Amino acid sequence: MPTSITEPGLPAAAAPTEIDPRILRENRERRMRILLPIGAITLALALWEFLVWFYQVPHYLIPAPSLIAKTLVQDWASLAQSAAFTVKLTLLSLGLAIIGGVALGMIFALSKPVEMALFPFAVILQVTPVIAIAPLILIYVSNTFVALLICAWIVAFFPILSNTVIGLRSADHNLRDMFRLYQATPWQRLRYLLIPSALPYFMAALKIAGGLALIGAVVAEFVAGTAGQNTGLASRILESSFRNEIPRMFAALFLVSLLGVVIFLITSWLSRLVLGHWHESEIKREH
Amino acid sequence: MTDTSPLIQMSGVEKQFANGTVAVRDMSLSIQKGEFVSFLGPSGCGKSTALKMVSGLLSVSRGKISVNGHAAGEGGDRNDIGFVFQEATLMPWATVFENVYLPLKLHGMSKAGARPRVEEALAMVGLAKFAKAYPRELSGGMKMRVSIARAMATKPKLLLMDEPFAALDEMTRAKLNDDVLALWEEHKLTVIFVTHSVFESVYLSNRVVVMAARPGRVVHDIPLPGGYPRTAAYRLTAEYAEACRLVSNALEGTLDHAHLNH
Repeated sequence: MPTSITEPGLPAAAAPTEIDPRILRENRERRMRILLPIGAITLALALWEFLVWFYQVPHYLIPAPSLIAKTLVQDWASLAQSAAFTVKLTLLSLGLAIIGGVALGMIFALSKPVEMALFPFAVILQVTPVIAIAPLILIYVSNTFVALLICAWIVAFFPILSNTVIGLRSADHNLRDMFRLYQATPWQRLRYLLIPSALPYFMAALKIAGGLALIGAVVAEFVAGTAGQNTGLASRILESSFRNEIPRMFAALFLVSLLGVVIFLITSWLSRLVLGHWHESEIKREH
Repeated sequence: MTDTSPLIQMSGVEKQFANGTVAVRDMSLSIQKGEFVSFLGPSGCGKSTALKMVSGLLSVSRGKISVNGHAAGEGGDRNDIGFVFQEATLMPWATVFENVYLPLKLHGMSKAGARPRVEEALAMVGLAKFAKAYPRELSGGMKMRVSIARAMATKPKLLLMDEPFAALDEMTRAKLNDDVLALWEEHKLTVIFVTHSVFESVYLSNRVVVMAARPGRVVHDIPLPGGYPRTAAYRLTAEYAEACRLVSNALEGTLDHAHLNH
């Protein structure tokens, strides 16, 4: 197909008979994207290990990475259980934030008066630090898990709500006119125009809300100060600090960070999956 | 032509926006089936507003517009109107096929049922091979072709075009002008074409409606004698040059007048 040469980037690209230098470069770029961060982190850990050893820093001040890893293995049973609790709390609150944020966002986008009436409440929820409301919620709600869930939900809910509202309103005006011209039903307009237009905004909110749900879950647990079997990573950190078990604190902290990174990676992957074929934010450009 | 009742009848049409601006004042016009009419004028003369009122996208403040015997935007089969916007106005998340299929989808036609018509519309504009491409992969001219294919998918009798090629380069524009003329002739369309280019309006239409700004109104209604089919060679004829001069003068008159109003 000789004509396809004049139209770059189209699916009709000719099959390469020899290895395309472009593919080679892409492979190299992909390898670098994985190897470079891993190398940098390894180097930082090695430096940390070396400095702790070199200056003989006591482990109750700053433990060496190797000691943290050892603690992670030794205390795996209790840490894994706590991690599972935090994961459950985070994902549940994120799920509820998505449901609540999208539902309320749609109502706001459909009705300006409702938005004007209710938006202040959403803003108040957002601007009041969760750490300040958490004690109240813990008093009013007898079930600790539910109380923690509410706290995490409050933090994750707002970005989803506000981005859904903006997203649903961001549909191109000419496209709206076109839907009107062809007498689209309200449902068709929502399904084929408003939701696709809102997706980039929603995916951006999801990336933020994922991290916020984790922060909310950890902060709320700190305030609750719960102890015992059925508790999350924040409780392990608190507990270790009372007992002066610094390596265990670091181990729990490591798991919290890991959790945050995993959530970020998953939401980023989802965003690429949903928007990759069309939205500017996820399209790779050639230089 | 035995049917002499006009396809579009505008009588005493006025459009005043909520902020008080009078976009169109006292516009009366009748357009026969099969005409190729251009609305020509400087920006702010209400030519786009007039077009949108004919399509029913904008309401009329005073006066009456009837399209095919119905008030604009009401009754009848609105499939009869195709609209091409200033920009291509494609859905970036959908393939070329999905974009052209949209008007049929909104009317409840299944994808399988619509496929022949979508493919036919794409073939009309020479994009049959690009059904699976996304809008971002296309050039400006190709996007505009998709937009035209979408307008043609419902097989309309009336095609409304709102400065469709203003953002394109000269060569692409000339090519698309020829394509629109070919579609008009082949499908016996009635076209209203909004433009601010004298040359484009003269090349395309058999009638140019010249409009002036502040307030938007019709100042000249110029029938053009030139026969069809028109090709690039037509641009070199004395007839074309004469028509351009005539229309240019009419347009300049509106500008002088607007200038005096300041």
